Amino acid sequence: MRYAMALIAGLILSPQAHAYMAYVSNERSNTVTVIDTDAMAVVKTIKVGQRPRGIELTKDDKYCLVAVGDDDTVQVIDTAKGEVTANLPSGPDPELFTLSPDNKVLYIANENDNTVTMVDMEKRAPMGEVQVGVEPEGMGLSPDGKILVNTSETTNMAHFIDTQTKKIVANVLVDSRPRFAAFKSDGSELWVSSEVGGTVSVIDPVKHVVTKRITFAIPGLRSESIQPVGINITRDGKTVFVALGPANRVAVIDGTTHEVKKYLLVGQRVWHGAFTPDEKYLLTTNGISNDVSVIDVANLKVIKSIQVGELPWGVTITRH
Amino acid sequence: MLRCSAFALAFLLGLTVVSVAAESLDVKIGYLRRAKHQETISLVQMPPPDDGLAGAQMAADDNDTTGKFLNQRFSLVDMHLKQGDDADAAVKALAAQGIKLVVADLPADVLLKAADAGNSLGMLFFNAAAVADRLRQEDCRANLVHTAPSRAMLADALGQYLIWKKWSRWLLVTGSHERDKLWADAIKRTAKRYGATIVQEREFKDTGGARQTDSGVAQIQTQIPVFTQQAPAYDVLVAADESEVFAQYLPYRTWDARPVAGSAGLVPTSWDASNGLWGGIQMQSRFTRTFKRQMSALDMQAWTAVRMIGEAVQRTNADDPQTLLKFMTGPQMNLGAYKGQKLTVRDWDLQLRQPILLTDGRTIVSVSPQEGFLHQFSELDTLGYDRPETKCKLQ
Repeated sequence: MRYAMALIAGLILSPQAHAYMAYVSNERSNTVTVIDTDAMAVVKTIKVGQRPRGIELTKDDKYCLVAVGDDDTVQVIDTAKGEVTANLPSGPDPELFTLSPDNKVLYIANENDNTVTMVDMEKRAPMGEVQVGVEPEGMGLSPDGKILVNTSETTNMAHFIDTQTKKIVANVLVDSRPRFAAFKSDGSELWVSSEVGGTVSVIDPVKHVVTKRITFAIPGLRSESIQPVGINITRDGKTVFVALGPANRVAVIDGTTHEVKKYLLVGQRVWHGAFTPDEKYLLTTNGISNDVSVIDVANLKVIKSIQVGELPWGVTITRH
Repeated sequence: MLRCSAFALAFLLGLTVVSVAAESLDVKIGYLRRAKHQETISLVQMPPPDDGLAGAQMAADDNDTTGKFLNQRFSLVDMHLKQGDDADAAVKALAAQGIKLVVADLPADVLLKAADAGNSLGMLFFNAAAVADRLRQEDCRANLVHTAPSRAMLADALGQYLIWKKWSRWLLVTGSHERDKLWADAIKRTAKRYGATIVQEREFKDTGGARQTDSGVAQIQTQIPVFTQQAPAYDVLVAADESEVFAQYLPYRTWDARPVAGSAGLVPTSWDASNGLWGGIQMQSRFTRTFKRQMSALDMQAWTAVRMIGEAVQRTNADDPQTLLKFMTGPQMNLGAYKGQKLTVRDWDLQLRQPILLTDGRTIVSVSPQEGFLHQFSELDTLGYDRPETKCKLQ
């Protein structure tokens, strides 16, 4: 009875019914912070395994998946319950992963093993792996789900993997320590960030050639401190945000001309970002300053910062 | 297998697989190493038999992983000198196998002989071990790249931290061997550069004797306080003991309660098994899994040399030393080596720029250059001999 009451109260009070929620992985705290993006306030902190980094919601928002590298698993947070309810067989030291558009396959980069592991989400069982370069990290899936791109940090390549045959079909050499890969929503371009090289490569995913190498220059900053990691591209492909790590800035790039338009000052050591579903806001995780910056996408201004756990790393936002 | 079919598929589909070499490249790298490494006072720091070689091997494997996608193969040819062996002969033997790239773990004088012997044979050498400043100064060579940091770089890295900590009065204790004195010279140069005061320099004489004895500790416990007493007021004891005679005995035994740095206590180094920063944890676990031991600074310096070669071969699709050296000293060189930033090469003396770790052997205490030590081009050039100070004339 009391349980039922609580459940009803929970349903009424739960902000989830009418607000989008951002889930932020805190690498050091071993927690996930939940932020109500209407109120732009923290509503919950969820305990997870050790060293949570890569984080992504299932397309139906029912589950939030988080890679806990030091526990060698990807954990499943039931978003209604707000707690970890299952562990997935991820292979060793998972860092970043991506979900197929139909939610059926999870592709995980295993940094310590030079492999990409594929997990059947219904059976929650491994269904295959692909040998890639040394220290695989970035994972980008083409919008049709047919091509998976994995970047390997020490091999300095973007590997194009056919998700049906599970075979590599092409390899493109990029600058040092490629960490993140993102397709435009129409699949016309693949963007890959190189953390040590300090560049972003725009790749033609059909011809497998680098068509543009974007460089960054910020007055007063050494080039070594400009270390691109997370990439967020608007649905219309017109604006791209690149997190520049210890440069403490997010670069705003014209998606058509590939020119850097602006640098937005955020918190310290910015890793990754996520848009709210209406693309009004971009939230970025700032590793060293333990906060999340909120960027007003239309006005290209940082409007707020929200304190989260220690060393925030990844962020994902509900769609519904 | 997988890669073969990937290529076959790519060709069948008529895809242009970019950056894939049309012709295959087989890159053989010589690894020329000294007869024996310096033994240490501490049992847990004793150099393993494959110290350095293991790092080079891992880098060759790493290069090969990329190479498989590019139709390039990398292999290592190990040449282990015996006591009294002639370096010239070893270099010629490597050359006879068609090897033009050599990673060397040799003392400075032997290394110079080897590099000079290889010069007329068009060979390029990578110094993975020798810290001697003269190799980057008056005795520099145009066919000798240094991945090992120099004594001056190590001393500057330590000095910057001590100054940041406001420990600016140093008691310098120097060993009686030539290389201890050279290490002390580097520390004195640093003190002068950064305004530290060497309140006194003492010599610790190597009187010989066994390193480990059954009753050793009791005697050391009384010897070291006596040796360090009546010193002028100081903040930190800096020990220069490359010969591993005494420095490891200093911490916790000094007359005054002072920290120890230099050859023991807080030590500047290119790498330490405790470093997990900047993806270093992946490097450490990969290394430990393969070689069943921890990764040393020499391993890292050798790894870096072989990775530099791999990076240059992969970006230029060439294997001749001149093309590779041009790439390495050029603006396109940006090696990732778990140091939190790209590594490049100083074009005036062929020294690899690199951050230096400061460690107590258990954790990383700090990483230099320290904040506030500024430079007009690269803060990494605050470590060691900068362009305006160089005596090197590359030829």
